[in-house]
Amino acid sequence: MTVPIVWYLVLSAALFSIGVCGFLIKRNIITIFMSIELMLNAVNLAFVTFANHWHQVSGQIFVFFVMVVAAAEAAVGLAIIISLFRSRNTLNVDQIDLMKL
Amino acid sequence: MNVAIFILFALLCLGGALNLLLQRHPINSALSLIVVMSSLSVLYLLLGAEFLALAQIIVYSGAIMVLFVFVIMLLNAGEEERTHGSRAAYFAGIPGVLALFAVLAGTFVTLRLSFGGTRLGAFLVTTGDLSRVLFRNLLLPFEVTSVLILVAILGAVVLARKEH
Repeated sequence: MTVPIVWYLVLSAALFSIGVCGFLIKRNIITIFMSIELMLNAVNLAFVTFANHWHQVSGQIFVFFVMVVAAAEAAVGLAIIISLFRSRNTLNVDQIDLMKL
Repeated sequence: MNVAIFILFALLCLGGALNLLLQRHPINSALSLIVVMSSLSVLYLLLGAEFLALAQIIVYSGAIMVLFVFVIMLLNAGEEERTHGSRAAYFAGIPGVLALFAVLAGTFVTLRLSFGGTRLGAFLVTTGDLSRVLFRNLLLPFEVTSVLILVAILGAVVLARKEH
């Protein structure tokens, strides 16, 4: 019994949409950052699915590089969040709306 | 068998993602994101990506999410409060997101006949295959990403440092 490729792609689209939704309606900056990670994961699933469909390794190489960049991005992003929290004492994005204190 | 495993872990994925959206406390969102990432790694195994499945567990659910949980605990983040900014996002954002999902899913479903199906073991990329491509054809990009990680570490140290 085979699993249709389309199911994987629709799952990936659903996860990406949920990520976009979280990015828009969440107010906590850490949760917004987690929604971005969810979107990256959804795109990774689409990459792996297409690699399986076309029998190409390059799709998985893309996922490998996305993981590396996501790790670097998470480290820098969380450092930015820590320094934001130090200067403003809040994690609510509606109160972080000034470029300069 | 394949279909059962797929449906089980796809539902876990969707449930975890929705729970991330609905929870108001960031630590609950982080834990449900770990569920999403771990079940995605099972889906990678179903698709024959053995190295990526393990890397997904180690890098994503291990390293990155531990970093998130660590920062949430360090900053003692409490429940998020509803504000006026989120109302506009509710009314404009959710229809937009639904439209995005409809376009993506509609495109995939119209193309479903040309995609066909897959089963466990139909296409297996071993770690050897992956590393052969990575270290023969893509050695320069691989080395450049190591420089990227070095820059990211330095940036994180500089950004998170206490200013005197």
